[in-house]
Amino acid sequence: MNLTLHVWRQKNATDKGRMETYQATDINEHMSFLEMLDVVNEDLIGKGIDPIHFDHDCREGICGMCSLVINGIPHGPERATTVCQLHMRHFKDGDEIYIEPWRAKAFPVIKDLIVDRSAFDRIIQAGGFVSVNTGGTPDANAIPISKSDADEAMDFAQCIGCGACVAACKNASAMLFVGAKIAQLAALPQGKVEAERRVKAMVAQMDKEGFGNCTNYYECEAVCPKEISVKGIAKMNREFFKSMKG
Amino acid sequence: MSTVATSRSSTVVHALTKTSLGQKYLMAVSGLVALLFVIGHMVGNLQIFLGQDQINHYAETLQNLGPLLWVIRGFLILFILIHIWEGIKLKLENVASRPEPYSYRKYRKASLASRTMIWTGLIIASFVGYHLAHFTVQATNPAFKTLVDAQGRHDVYSMMILGFQNVWVSLLYIIAIGLLCYHLSHGVTSMFQSMGLNKPETQPTLDKIGLTLSVILFLGYISIPLSILAGIVNLPKGGM
Amino acid sequence: MQLETKVPSGALAAKWDKHRFEMKLVNPANKRKYRAIIVGSGLAGASAAASMAELGYQVSCFCFQDSPRRAHSIAAQGGINAAKNYQNDGDSIWRLFYDTVKGGDFRSREANVYRLAQVSTEIIDQCVAQGVPFAREYGGTLSNRSFGGAQVSRTFYARGQTGQQLLLGAYQALARQIGLGKVKMYSRHEMLDIVLVDGVARGIITRNLVTGEVKSFAADAVVLATGGYGNVFYLSTNAKGCNVTAAYRAYKKGALFANPCYTQIHPTCIPVSGDYQSKLTLMSESLRNDGRIWVPKKKGDNRKPGDIPENERDYYLERKYPSFGNLAPRDISSRAAKEVCDEGRGVGETGRGVYLDFADAINRLGKAVIEDRYGNLFQMYERITGEDPYSVPMRIFPASHYTMGGLWVDYNLMSNIPGLHVIGEANFSDHGANRLGASALMQGLADGYFVLPYTIGDFFARTGPSGITEEHAEFKKAEEDLNNKVKQLLSIKGSKTVDHFHRELGKIMWDYCGMARNDAGLRKGLELIPKLREEFWNDVNVLGEGLEMNMSLEKAGRVADFLEFAEIMCHDALDRDESCGAHFREEHQTEEGEALRNDKDYCYVAAWEYAGEGQAPRLHKEELKFENVELATRSYK
Repeated sequence: MNLTLHVWRQKNATDKGRMETYQATDINEHMSFLEMLDVVNEDLIGKGIDPIHFDHDCREGICGMCSLVINGIPHGPERATTVCQLHMRHFKDGDEIYIEPWRAKAFPVIKDLIVDRSAFDRIIQAGGFVSVNTGGTPDANAIPISKSDADEAMDFAQCIGCGACVAACKNASAMLFVGAKIAQLAALPQGKVEAERRVKAMVAQMDKEGFGNCTNYYECEAVCPKEISVKGIAKMNREFFKSMKG
Repeated sequence: MSTVATSRSSTVVHALTKTSLGQKYLMAVSGLVALLFVIGHMVGNLQIFLGQDQINHYAETLQNLGPLLWVIRGFLILFILIHIWEGIKLKLENVASRPEPYSYRKYRKASLASRTMIWTGLIIASFVGYHLAHFTVQATNPAFKTLVDAQGRHDVYSMMILGFQNVWVSLLYIIAIGLLCYHLSHGVTSMFQSMGLNKPETQPTLDKIGLTLSVILFLGYISIPLSILAGIVNLPKGGM
Repeated sequence: MQLETKVPSGALAAKWDKHRFEMKLVNPANKRKYRAIIVGSGLAGASAAASMAELGYQVSCFCFQDSPRRAHSIAAQGGINAAKNYQNDGDSIWRLFYDTVKGGDFRSREANVYRLAQVSTEIIDQCVAQGVPFAREYGGTLSNRSFGGAQVSRTFYARGQTGQQLLLGAYQALARQIGLGKVKMYSRHEMLDIVLVDGVARGIITRNLVTGEVKSFAADAVVLATGGYGNVFYLSTNAKGCNVTAAYRAYKKGALFANPCYTQIHPTCIPVSGDYQSKLTLMSESLRNDGRIWVPKKKGDNRKPGDIPENERDYYLERKYPSFGNLAPRDISSRAAKEVCDEGRGVGETGRGVYLDFADAINRLGKAVIEDRYGNLFQMYERITGEDPYSVPMRIFPASHYTMGGLWVDYNLMSNIPGLHVIGEANFSDHGANRLGASALMQGLADGYFVLPYTIGDFFARTGPSGITEEHAEFKKAEEDLNNKVKQLLSIKGSKTVDHFHRELGKIMWDYCGMARNDAGLRKGLELIPKLREEFWNDVNVLGEGLEMNMSLEKAGRVADFLEFAEIMCHDALDRDESCGAHFREEHQTEEGEALRNDKDYCYVAAWEYAGEGQAPRLHKEELKFENVELATRSYK
């Protein structure tokens, strides 16, 4: 199939940036979206044009590095799928495809489709952990954890930190990301110990980074490649309320 | 002890006014207060169907509350102002958090109601201003002030009928109520999410409650102008 | 060169305790005087950085990704082994040790493996304490599954995302230390050279991938936790960014590269679909717990799998290895798949695939159980292939997955260059010629949490703070060399892309140094690689500039190193004139086609030394002594 791509090109953080149009020819339906871009890039290099820069690494949907807004939806049209796992069989010959970077004040563009997501790291650094040092921990079976609690924690722990939630949110809010970590750790006895401290610190850092506020659109949940539920945000709201009382 | 208490209350104030989550609580709680008023106001207004005596009696009872009425009004105004203030403040922050817009945008789940809260909210707020001027302060229609019923009470019954007999007034009212209920269709369930009072099991019920409540409020409110326009509710025979 | 393993004397089970007692300690108040550089932030790197910072050392950690959370450990699916014996099925430290040595086909160092088994139990405790949501039973205790190469259930897991959860645990521990200011994290920084001062590793040179700036970082010791070199095959299950550069740069500075030919081919990957293919996706080996592997008995049988009756199917693993069946170790399963495909019985469009069928398991356990166990893997398969594995059997084929070889290290995980430590997949130490499933996560975390933080202290205590800074002449020289290399790559302006050369190299390696190797093929490879390398340096086209984000340039540097490294791999495979574990020399097989070891001549670690530009590498041997296990023919029948 042949496609027309409209791609955001921006030389560096200070460049203004613009959409450019490229043709993708002879695209095979079994290719992944990123493989399609690889093919386009090989072609661009042949023409002496700087290849389109985009973040990617594992290409199996788990590292969270890939981050493209395709036709207005982060990670593209398939549900529960990262861009690297999106295959061209979901497009058809002649399609026009708009490819843009995650857009948020807290995620400034570095080059083309690559953004700086270190704000997420700083939020985790503020409190997204259990404060235990290596060694001296009790036996793994010493504290029983109900299967449902472990499953709930796992549901939230699946977050890959890609930032699609921020990209999709009309307000560029990071609450699904933050809520997921808070909800995971609050579901486990190991994490409960410092739950109040954690939620305060993480929310404060999130606000400081310039993410928007949650107005419960739930678009984040709809684009999340791991289908993290907005219940994580509700849980964070609950936890924060508790921390205010304390 | 007291210093602990002060520092605790100052952290609570800080959390409520300065953090994203605290501001969500303020939105939710002030929205809830406004919602309770909207429900109460409808219950009051619907008494028009019980006749002139009933609704005028109700209005008089309210008026007789005296200073208490002003406490309630003050409380209500405060929360509505908080709701408006926070709404605008959050909106400005949210706009600032995405300086560069997408050139192509699609929504998968976010409802139109959820995406237009600020606009429906601001329109409702302006309507409320007009509505107060119309029926409460009666600045637009000073003649309303002189309406008195047989018992010498302010004749709210006739005022409402005279007011809504104007098709344009009714139409504006219906549109505003429509927007209000649209606003609430997102606002009610959203409130539970913001306060973290929902659970996965209860969410579908909450969604239904929100929607049902909005529909009931819509129907309840618009039944008044419609009945008046349709001539079901009439001015008392033999004059006011 | 004398290879000193520093393995302590005494009984196997007591060695680690004894060693810990004998190691010198750094006074807690003095720890902050020591600077360590950790390159890589996967399981090994992140756990080491966090643990060392907790102890009080000044740690700097580097990764090329945008965040330490992205390291490729995150993609490990199946689980992590530990000798907890929670299932009461007869597991023990000794059994895990034995299984690992046997699984490695008796080509690993006994003492290291035993220590790995010993600390395995602590890893699980540590991860649970961090909030890693391992799967649990209704009673609240941890759940286990079984894995290839073992007859006990000792694998702990978190759905099909165990690597992710363990990595996030380590990442969070690291994040905590970064937040506390104890670790300085450098993301989007690629290490491109290592700096020795008076023969001791004292720092690294990095390129900032955002600005292109080349910069030096000095320290008292350097730790490489830079993963494996599976991408030498171009197509592998590794992330696109995985590379050999850090390890290879260390090799060029004198570190020995051990057993490079031990590369594991994972049996359960999604088959290649076309030339554009950029990577292969692994389906967790845990699928073999419930899936049955088969091909049609007839050659070129093009019927749909559902139309092939039971008696015309060949469940070849169950047939050949009745006691292990579909859970035969990775190397054996992979070769068996290659064999049936070579016979022309492969399935799918390319004929390079075998079926992994869940129909029986779904009938026996119900779809819900299978969904609970493998839901996300099935989903992933469907996304990639467009086929529903609940109704059609999966198609799988082996792919390069893990590299047992790596930089040579002693018992302290220090290479032959003083101060240069190597942990995780980047070293060679624990898996011998073949790694068992769910052991990579175990080794990465064992090294990072429980081994290196102790042993590096011994190095510090013996050598004292170096006081060396980035101003040292060696750093300036290394920076200049690197800047020159960048200039050179950018000035070629040839006609072919970097990916083109990488793909070509991959083909050579897969054909001549892949799943099965032979003398003639390896010699052919050794002939082709230098030619391709020469072509690369004459005809590669790298656009853009050095002082900007330039992904072609990043790739070019990595491929340039693969083009040199590939040769050592072939040399090693050629030298090892036996079959063992994942290294299968066609000349050495039993009548049934099994690997035939030659313990008399090849019971050694082959450690290769850089001998200069254009010279064949020099071989050093570390004899392997098995004092506690008897060298047996591996049998999984």
